[in-house]
Amino acid sequence: MDTVLFVNQLLNGIQLGLILFLLAAGLSLVFGIMDFINLAHGVFYMLGAYICATVAIASGSFILGFVVALPAVLVLGLATEWLIVRHFYKRDHLDQVLVTFGLVLCADTAVKYLWGPQGLSVPLPAWLGGQVALGGITLPAYRLFIVAVAAVVALALWQVIARTRVGMMVRASASNEEMARALGIETRMIFALVFAIGAVLAGIGGIMVAPITGASIGMGNQIVILALVVIIIGGIGSIFGAFVAAIGVGLIDTLGRAYLPSILGAVFSPSVASSAGPALASILIYLTMTLVLVFRPSGLFPPANR
Amino acid sequence: MKLATAFLATALMATTAHAQEPIRIGFITTLTTPAAAIGNDMVDAVNLAIDHVGGEIAGHPIQVIFEDDGLQPELGRQKAEKLVRQEKVDVVSGFIWSNVLMAARRTVLDSDTFLISTNAGPSDLAGKLCSPDFFSLRGQNDVVPMALGQIMNERGVEKLYVMTPNYSAGTDMAAGVENTFEGEVVGRDFTKWGEDPQLDFSAELAKVGASGADALFAFYPGRAAIFARQFEQSGLADRVKLYTVYTFDQIALPTLQEAGIDVALGSVTVDYWSPDIDTPANVKFVEDFKERYGRLPSNYAAAAYDLIPYLKAAVEQSGGDIKDRDAVREALIRADYESVRGRYSLARNHFPIDNYRSLEIAPDANGAWSMRSDGLELAGLVDPYVDQCGNDS
Repeated sequence: MDTVLFVNQLLNGIQLGLILFLLAAGLSLVFGIMDFINLAHGVFYMLGAYICATVAIASGSFILGFVVALPAVLVLGLATEWLIVRHFYKRDHLDQVLVTFGLVLCADTAVKYLWGPQGLSVPLPAWLGGQVALGGITLPAYRLFIVAVAAVVALALWQVIARTRVGMMVRASASNEEMARALGIETRMIFALVFAIGAVLAGIGGIMVAPITGASIGMGNQIVILALVVIIIGGIGSIFGAFVAAIGVGLIDTLGRAYLPSILGAVFSPSVASSAGPALASILIYLTMTLVLVFRPSGLFPPANR
Repeated sequence: MKLATAFLATALMATTAHAQEPIRIGFITTLTTPAAAIGNDMVDAVNLAIDHVGGEIAGHPIQVIFEDDGLQPELGRQKAEKLVRQEKVDVVSGFIWSNVLMAARRTVLDSDTFLISTNAGPSDLAGKLCSPDFFSLRGQNDVVPMALGQIMNERGVEKLYVMTPNYSAGTDMAAGVENTFEGEVVGRDFTKWGEDPQLDFSAELAKVGASGADALFAFYPGRAAIFARQFEQSGLADRVKLYTVYTFDQIALPTLQEAGIDVALGSVTVDYWSPDIDTPANVKFVEDFKERYGRLPSNYAAAAYDLIPYLKAAVEQSGGDIKDRDAVREALIRADYESVRGRYSLARNHFPIDNYRSLEIAPDANGAWSMRSDGLELAGLVDPYVDQCGNDS
């Protein structure tokens, strides 16, 4: 019985980690390549969830919601880059923080006016709402679905960055923007592309999470903080680092919440243990970040060329 | 003759002036933030009740001043201050939240105004801080989980897992259930709550599955859809019966139905009121509410509705003058009116002594998800704080 529980918790941790990775990958690329701090990254996470939820409720099909929300978030990402973000690449970090924080406030209010303050709950098709039995262990089908989708996205992203011509241009622009431009790479296009892809990745994360926690105002703002922790641990600009750190943070959080109360229960009274456990689990994440900053200030896997 | 006419005229004028002076009720509830759905339900119910009683109490028109507490105790206190000092209301009522009520309590009671809660029931006000001028339209908070614990005993629950948010009401609810539940509590989790609440319960639900519990008690106010969805995905529904309090209410059920979260159906909760109570007053309330607003009323609405007939009966039975506070207080304590729940009496702390009914979530005759009494009923439950209350009666 304990192994069943452990496998379940492992799956939960990996699933949380993959969602974090979807967010952190975009954040890390934008930060690493454009040197742009994007606090508004969570906005696309929220918008993805809301658009998917709206379509899914209206049509009754979660998959249709997914398919509609992706291009919608892509367009919103490109528009944001073109209208606002590109004018701030050369400005200092404080200006970038201020403008993206302003974006967060505007987006939260816009969502409140458009969808109301209540939040939305997303219907799931029956084949995703049930459970899957794998070798005697029953696992929630939707959690497996998240893991599968996120793993495919992560793999595709890695292939594009590492193997394709566009990926090469992205890497070139990241290493040395002026040299890349001198060699005829349209870096403005590359930046717009990277920003929009980041937005879409965040949107996928939001869509994936919506059927679990619902779509609510400000849902992206808390998780973006965790995503920032992830890219600091993983090394800014590194996709691989973001992946490892995201899975690590997801596992620490979930396994901590699952097992710390019973470990603490050996020492403290049950009521203290059950309330201190979850708190300690989130402290563990920040403790990990602190240790990484002390011993490896540029993260576990900093990009080689920086 | 002239003098007599003048005298008569003055006398008449005086009576009309007196008759037209309105009875003023301040009503504090939440009209912004996501909890506004609850506040609006209460406002709608009060307006319906005023129409049902003909808009007057003993010839005085009823005037209600609605105020928004924005979910903040401090704002609630300021609004109470305004109602008492500026608007000079006769009664301050409403209150969804215990912390708002506790913040507004002193302001209202110190200015010799009646304070009638239609929802919040903090333990302090039932115990050592009880007051002759405070009345409640529903039982103290702890009675509901205590009743649920007994219902679980009656239904033969043996192993229970407890999941609530980690804040005062959450731990109180858990304590209340565990207080009366006689089986074994095989596990409990208090999840993070507040500004940045934990919304993914996968780790906890996996533990529920592994614990071998045959029932899960949950209290997630305002998060019903999220919790139910994850409970559904966990696949626990076949083995573990879901018991909740203050979670699957008439505010949340339409959302759950819209999202198709079928796992909520068949789960059990407990309350003093449900839409299917068969008293003439309740049938009229539920039917007219449905017709006017196009939805079923919540338990918040039911208690807010009761306020108006309760006040009308008390004022009219005591001679028709709400300024005659001693007589009105006597009548309020008698609670001699047709409540939507039927007749009830008050305990010494002025909280109702209610019957609590085991309610199953099920579709009503029109297919709308609602609460249906499953026959189990606990009669005359009193909260454990009443002995600390110093009221005479």
